[in-house]
Amino acid sequence: MIRFDNISKRYPEGRDALQGVSFHLPAGAMAFLTGHSGAGKSTLLKLIALLERATRGQLFLDGENLTRTGKRKVPLVRRKIGMIFQNYRLLFDRTVFDNVALPLVIAGHRHQDIARRVRAALDKVGLLDKERALPITLSGGEQQRVGIARAVVNKPPLLLADEPTGNLDPELSRDIMRLFEEFNRVGVTVLIASHDLDLIARMGHPQLRLHQGRLLNPEVLAPPQ
Amino acid sequence: MRPPAALRVYFLRHVQVALNSLGRLYRAPLASLMTAAVIGIALALPSGLYILTDNLQRLGSQWDGGANLSLFLRHDVSIEQAEALREKLAQWPEIERLRLITPQEALAEFRQLSGFGDTLDILDENPLPAVLALKPAAEATRPEAAAALKQRLQALPQVELAQLDLQWVKRFNALVDIVQRAIWILSALLALAVLLITGNTIRLEIQNRREEIEITKLIGATGAFIRRPFLYSGLWYGFGGALLAALLLALAFVQLNAPVRELAGLYESSFRLHLLEPGQWLLLLLCGALLGLVGAWIAVSRHLATIEPG
Repeated sequence: MIRFDNISKRYPEGRDALQGVSFHLPAGAMAFLTGHSGAGKSTLLKLIALLERATRGQLFLDGENLTRTGKRKVPLVRRKIGMIFQNYRLLFDRTVFDNVALPLVIAGHRHQDIARRVRAALDKVGLLDKERALPITLSGGEQQRVGIARAVVNKPPLLLADEPTGNLDPELSRDIMRLFEEFNRVGVTVLIASHDLDLIARMGHPQLRLHQGRLLNPEVLAPPQ
Repeated sequence: MRPPAALRVYFLRHVQVALNSLGRLYRAPLASLMTAAVIGIALALPSGLYILTDNLQRLGSQWDGGANLSLFLRHDVSIEQAEALREKLAQWPEIERLRLITPQEALAEFRQLSGFGDTLDILDENPLPAVLALKPAAEATRPEAAAALKQRLQALPQVELAQLDLQWVKRFNALVDIVQRAIWILSALLALAVLLITGNTIRLEIQNRREEIEITKLIGATGAFIRRPFLYSGLWYGFGGALLAALLLALAFVQLNAPVRELAGLYESSFRLHLLEPGQWLLLLLCGALLGLVGAWIAVSRHLATIEPG
């Protein structure tokens, strides 16, 4: 699903965020991305979502070479990815329903279709009774579940999460991680950046360990030769 | 080719976005109204001046004697021949109406108006020629057309002299010309003002909704999807402004109509103030909406690209 071939990223101000990173995350897999802040976790995720472009190397998503994706095709790539953020990034002037519906509206789905899918997604994250609520009235854990519902509502093949439990207490964090595992079980590829090492260790999925822009354990998800 | 269902969804989406944008303006009525009012005034000004010159032109064309032509016939032309000429000229499309003044009538009129009655009795014969007084049709009152008509009439064998009160027509038309040109310049400047007003308003709106734009870009919204609500906002601002401009013009009309009628009555004229034709009202609304749209487009193309999720 995701393949990095010797990817390097240097920011315009000269900082090397990633250096020679190679790995392969097969379709249907689930993995974690760990490392201190500044190790390059967010940059790696941003490259996949085309929020940043690699300085060197090749990057493939679902067989497509993202290093060659033109500006106009970027939205189509992003629609294949469900993205989840540490600070949820919800629209606070719209209801939970409208927030979750956004990807479907963008993709131009029919009205009835949207209502059905939004309710299915909210049901999966256990917030079906909150569809009319405004996000501000929800707890942090609930807001993150709205974020997850929005990420999965159009059934993308890949979920990317950047510190999804960073603002949540341990118990809520476990719930959120379990939710990701559930989606992974039905075939969604999941990549989660997190520094919650205790929690991750107990879950037993492969970990990509970044340190100062380099992959410390390239053997874990090594690309096939 | 899109399949019909997709096309229908596409149009439905546009209608939804258009209504959403309208709803957004409605939820901030004071701010929206102020923007629309500024646009309205900017549109009402040139429209009002246009209406003014239009009415001046109507007044000018109503002014009998303004663009009249007098044909002084040769002395050897008999009354019968003059009458025949009148009938012939009545067929010309450039001539709206014409009247034959026989030498006797001319003399009688002169006697009455000049006060030389007794002196005229001394004359053996009537020195006055027969005259055809004619009024050119509306399309022949412009200076060049009127001059051309005069040339043709002068060339007639029965005509001694064709005299056109050309100076007056020329001056009046030149004046209207200048005013109309000034209105064009003013219109261009005010159209620019409308572009700037909508552009600036939309720019502020883009800044206020920065977070929303970033999030929708993250989720895979295309540029067109993100642009659309802002473009519709601009369209509504322009359209609302044009509606207000129409209202202002109608109010001004109501204020001016009665005194103008009174004045026209004093001059025994049937002149009435004339507002816009239905097509012109439509054009005003269309221009407003279009200016709003273009202003929004400028703002959107300048400011949306700078917002990238990071």
